[in-house]
Amino acid sequence: MNLRHAISKPIRNVFDKIKPHVQPGEKFEMAYTTFDAIESLLFVPDHTTKSGVHIRDGIDLKRTMITVVIAMIPALLFGIWNAGHQHYLAIGEFAGVREGFLLKLLFGSIKVLPIVAVSYGVGLTIEFISVTIKKEQVNEGFLVTGMLIPLVMPVNIPLWMVAVATVFAVVIGKEAFGGTGMNILNVALTARAFLFFAYPKNMSGDDPWVASSVKDGQALVDGFTGETPLAQAVENGTNITSVSGEAIGLSDFVLGTIPGSIGETSSVAILLGASILLITGIGSWRIMLSVVLGGLTMGYIFNLLGLNAFMSVPFYYHLFMGGFMFGMVFMATDPVTAAQTNRGKYIYGFLIGLLAVMIRVFNPAYPEGMMLAILLMNVFAPLIDHYVIQGNINRRLAHG
Amino acid sequence: MANEETTIQEEPKKEPKKKEALFSRRNRRYLLDPLDDDNPITVQVLGICSALAVTTKIKPAFVMAVSVVAVTLFSNLIISLMRKGIPNRIRMIVQLTVIAALVVLVDQVLKAYLYDVSTQLTVFVGLIITNCIIMGRLEAFAMANKPWPSVLDGIGNGLGYGAILIVVAVFRELLGAGELLGNRIIPLSWYVENGGWYVNNGLMVLPPAAMFLIGIYIWVQRGFNKKLHNIS
Repeated sequence: MNLRHAISKPIRNVFDKIKPHVQPGEKFEMAYTTFDAIESLLFVPDHTTKSGVHIRDGIDLKRTMITVVIAMIPALLFGIWNAGHQHYLAIGEFAGVREGFLLKLLFGSIKVLPIVAVSYGVGLTIEFISVTIKKEQVNEGFLVTGMLIPLVMPVNIPLWMVAVATVFAVVIGKEAFGGTGMNILNVALTARAFLFFAYPKNMSGDDPWVASSVKDGQALVDGFTGETPLAQAVENGTNITSVSGEAIGLSDFVLGTIPGSIGETSSVAILLGASILLITGIGSWRIMLSVVLGGLTMGYIFNLLGLNAFMSVPFYYHLFMGGFMFGMVFMATDPVTAAQTNRGKYIYGFLIGLLAVMIRVFNPAYPEGMMLAILLMNVFAPLIDHYVIQGNINRRLAHG
Repeated sequence: MANEETTIQEEPKKEPKKKEALFSRRNRRYLLDPLDDDNPITVQVLGICSALAVTTKIKPAFVMAVSVVAVTLFSNLIISLMRKGIPNRIRMIVQLTVIAALVVLVDQVLKAYLYDVSTQLTVFVGLIITNCIIMGRLEAFAMANKPWPSVLDGIGNGLGYGAILIVVAVFRELLGAGELLGNRIIPLSWYVENGGWYVNNGLMVLPPAAMFLIGIYIWVQRGFNKKLHNIS
């Protein structure tokens, strides 16, 4: 008997003992879904499809979700390091990118990992409660959302706000519409939008982005600014400074050593994730491409107009500032809330890019145009699909 | 937004000779049904606009509720008294004239005695005229029923509307300002400014919050009330 069996056998025995008591109709049937979820997580289910199998494909919800989570890991790791990096920049230590690597990672972990834990803990609890009420089986729908929520939060967000936003997003954004796969709005963005309007002080301005403040009694460097480059660009165009007051430019945005939401800053890390999504075919290249085109188009139009400092920011800057890249790769491509038809995806993506830049530039009070643009287009996605399909029908009727 | 689907509740053709009790079973239903089973906001889905606009605080919501009760009561009564004399082709105009007159009265009373609340409610007192509930009850009930049942129906629907307003306003005032009727509920020492951790929910002050709350109310109500399970 090998080690694997030695470990799994006693656990299997425990499960076999409990199993008869939690079947539907038995004494503890309320625990059935929870039991079933834990069992299928630990063991390969021993039942097989009863009727004929129609589609043979290894890809299922579980694998799709896990792939997306893996694609987000680079952004998460970079976000953890960057949380530490921004903190040490603000107090004037280890200013170089290569210095104090482990300290920055440690500090970032202390700040970021609790947010991840709260997001998963609260979200999964609601999932379990709701499937128990609805007598359904737990699915993997929350795996991706639970990781997306921390990545779109500022590092200084109080944990209770993360919990409240997660409750709101999962209950109102998802369960009210029928659970995983039925939601109209991207769940993680619903959580962020909720916080953005409910607790604006903790989601914008110069407080939330750097994990250190005067309030904590820490001495900050001269010329400290906690504003994100996006917020600075509204006033100053391309004259953007880092947390410690030094001039920074496009290369810093691409690398991501700037203040911002945990996962959104580094274009390199996000593009690494994007390549995983594109190679596995899980993320739609049509949407990503058209979001880029939409953003560039609107940025270019603003460049031509050039009415204020923000409008004259070079159009390609918009791709690397704020949440544009992150939203494009992980939010706009959400298969549930995006347009389903291929032509619809081009329209949907293009309008997201267009609107995101437009909202940023026209309304400085809403620097995070990407969030609002994606949520707005989520609502319009079914309409776009309807007209694409109707167009196909009409075209065929005309030829028939 | 108005759900114009109104079923005219016919007067029974043969009234029993014996006079009906003032609070007979049927009359009680006219009064009580709109509170839950046939609530104007959550079941008939009427009068949503004002429910979103005036529910940030309990006091204006309460005043609004009382005003609407007054208008539904008297408009139902007056139209019911006039119902046989109103030519069918101009009935809407007659109804609107009655409602408008009553709303002007309410507005004047509020301005005279509750000026501060009246300024908070701004145009929404005047907009009671366009509240679909009132027109709906006139068309669906008062035009075809005797005065006393019409009065009960008017009060019932006004109260049903008011109850939702108060429920929504309680949550919005508590979560948005930490107060109830102006009394502090959440201690000031909890707030971030005073060294605590709590922050008021800014979303609750915005109209969308009322939409979420009414949505949740409808969800909970349909979960518990079996009569509402199969309506669309």
